[in-house]
Amino acid sequence: MLKINNLHASIDEKSILKGLNLQVNAGEVHAIMGPNGAGKSTFANIVAGKEDYEVSNGIIELNGEDISELAPEERAHNGVFLSFQYPVEIPGVSVTNFIKTAINETRKAKGLEDMPAKDMLKKIREKSELLEIDRKFLSRSLNEGFSGGEKKRNEIFQMAMLEPKLAILDETDSGLDIDALRIVANGVNKLKSKDNAVIVITHYQRLLDYIVPDFVHVLHDGKIVKTGDASLALELEAKGYDWIKKELV
Amino acid sequence: MSKYTEEDLEQELKTKEYEYGFYTDIESETFAKGLNEDVVRAISKKKNEPEWMTEWRLEAYRVWEKMTEPDWANVKYPKPDFQEIAYYSAPKKKPKLNSLDEVDPDLLETFKKLGISIDEQKKLANVAVDIVMDSVSVATTFKKTLGEKGIIFMPISEAIQEYPELVKKYLGTVVPTSDNFYAALNSAVFSDGSFCYIPKGVKCPMELSTYFRINEGGTGQFERTLVVADKGSYVSYLEGCTAPQRDENQLHAAVVELIAMDDAEIKYSTVQNWFPGDENGKGGVFNFVTKRGLCETNAKISWTQVETGSAVTWKYPSCILKGNNSVGEFYSIAVTNHFQQADTGTKMIHLGKNTKSTIISKGISAGQSQNSYRGLVQINSRAENARNFSQCDSLLMGNVCGAHTFPYIETKNKSAQIEHEATTSKIGEDQLFYCNQRGIDTEKAIALIVNGFSKEVLNKLPMEFAVEAQKLLEISLEGSVG
Ligand SMILES: Nc1ncnc2c1ncn2[C@@H]1O[C@H](COP(=O)(O)OP(=O)(O)OP(=O)(O)O)[C@@H](O)[C@H]1O
Ligand SMILES: [Mg+2]
Repeated sequence: MLKINNLHASIDEKSILKGLNLQVNAGEVHAIMGPNGAGKSTFANIVAGKEDYEVSNGIIELNGEDISELAPEERAHNGVFLSFQYPVEIPGVSVTNFIKTAINETRKAKGLEDMPAKDMLKKIREKSELLEIDRKFLSRSLNEGFSGGEKKRNEIFQMAMLEPKLAILDETDSGLDIDALRIVANGVNKLKSKDNAVIVITHYQRLLDYIVPDFVHVLHDGKIVKTGDASLALELEAKGYDWIKKELV
Repeated sequence: MSKYTEEDLEQELKTKEYEYGFYTDIESETFAKGLNEDVVRAISKKKNEPEWMTEWRLEAYRVWEKMTEPDWANVKYPKPDFQEIAYYSAPKKKPKLNSLDEVDPDLLETFKKLGISIDEQKKLANVAVDIVMDSVSVATTFKKTLGEKGIIFMPISEAIQEYPELVKKYLGTVVPTSDNFYAALNSAVFSDGSFCYIPKGVKCPMELSTYFRINEGGTGQFERTLVVADKGSYVSYLEGCTAPQRDENQLHAAVVELIAMDDAEIKYSTVQNWFPGDENGKGGVFNFVTKRGLCETNAKISWTQVETGSAVTWKYPSCILKGNNSVGEFYSIAVTNHFQQADTGTKMIHLGKNTKSTIISKGISAGQSQNSYRGLVQINSRAENARNFSQCDSLLMGNVCGAHTFPYIETKNKSAQIEHEATTSKIGEDQLFYCNQRGIDTEKAIALIVNGFSKEVLNKLPMEFAVEAQKLLEISLEGSVG
């Protein structure tokens, strides 16, 4: 599904990713953990196509195709979804209108007609129920005045609507209360299939109690420095990152 | 990675021709250029006007002659040479129409290009269309339905013939001939426009709509609109404009007068899309409009406007809240791109007790344009408990455009409550990336963000206009990345 080879990236001359390697296959769940400032969000943004970064080296392949020249919307059309660590507000644009536009633009890119209103409504109803989102919420302006948790839940609602091939969830758990965490995690699990893949970026084990990863990676100083199974997350929770940093020297 | 640069933007804007930039070759009769008393008399004669009308025009002309063009607005443009303008132009073949089949095929073609074929309009739910084509109305529909309710909706030139007492009684009562330079000019030479009268207690069953166009190069157009809503009546009036692309600047100085008698309500909506000039700021319409409404007791007037066109816009739809408990509203979206300049806003004059006004202004500037809001809220000494709420929001795209806000508040009564809010924002890179990430390209994302920004005003437009207005916003901002 996703293959990243020796990825180097910098911003304003500051080197952030320094030879990152990662392979994610369909049907897998990967967790990326790592200290603040390690480059996790940078990695997610670069995969999604954010243009602020200077990518000096490396390969990004999605389903065997090099996507590094594609615009962010083209990557989205190819099934890449990023749940933002800090979702932005778009005043005056309702959640419904936004997601409707996103779906229809994606369909347009594939040469399809707009989704019939009836199907759209049905889908919205289905997915909002899955994530226990109040219908009134959907007519509010996108992210405007949303609480931290509401923003995150709304990101996953959009993911549910768009049904991506590769979903990257950047600290989707932060800001969620205990119940919301369970609801959102269950939602993600329901959307999982053998044909798609999920990368969760998180600091805490509690999310991984629900979304059980096949692999856990530690990203430190722009590189994946350790990879293990679900038990690695538990170990990190118990011991922190220092022991890994020491292993490196 | 494909980065959207300023150059791309420029390229895109360059190749984007004005959608409605065509010119229909309809034979027309045009007066020689220049203005003097004889020309005014000739216009009046051409229209077969009664003596009082001719005198009214002449008086306006004499006032205008002594006036100078105002220069307080935040706009710069070459002052038109008023002796270089032809003041009358009418299609030569002036058809008497019983059905659409009799309409000049060229004209129908023009309507088709504009996407406003009468055929289509006729079918469109409940919209009566009075099309002003180069100063003279050539088609009026739905007249009968309106007639049954006693509603008069016709070209003002016809109303002068058929209902002279009504026109004489109200014309110039809200905007006096001497009001300002452009209003005086309009009063002297107005070519045509619409007249509308809603009798007592009648709710007009359909949106009344007029499409104005300018079609003859170098012909200034001076419409005159008069809407009178008698006691307890209601009318929603739509005005939409678009003009062919021309090299010369086209002067447009309209006057619109609204009169809402006791308990009456007038909604006046405008979607304005005149040629804004090309990417070098060449050509485009100069739009100097005087729009004013008078509210008697318990009456209400709402102005809603979406302004995307014109090279230079100078326009302040206003309300005189004369009657107690009367209400004035102004909802505006003004978009400027390229070298466009807009100085627009409103005046709310509170005279009566418990009068209320609301002003919502959304300015969107792109390219090298200048967009100014200028608003006056005046509370007179007898206006006990007057209230005003004003909100002026500006959205900027790029770093070379300008947004300006000039709010004036004059209060002579201590009981007044006035609130003013203003914001300025830019479309953020992070907003665009967020949209892109969801599969929405930058152009569409801008349209979405702009529509969201303008929503409070778009919501005030009648349905069929709102759709058109949204399309217009998209067209006028294509490629404008911040
Ligand atoms: N636009 C930018 N300009 C300058 N430095 C940046 C920029 N974006 C990111 N950085 C720096 O790059 C490094 C990696 O940031 P990134 O957001 O990827 O970290 P992270 O692993 O997601 O951290 P956290 O766990 O706190 O979310 C940080 O040191 C950050 O300050
Ligand atoms: Mg981060």
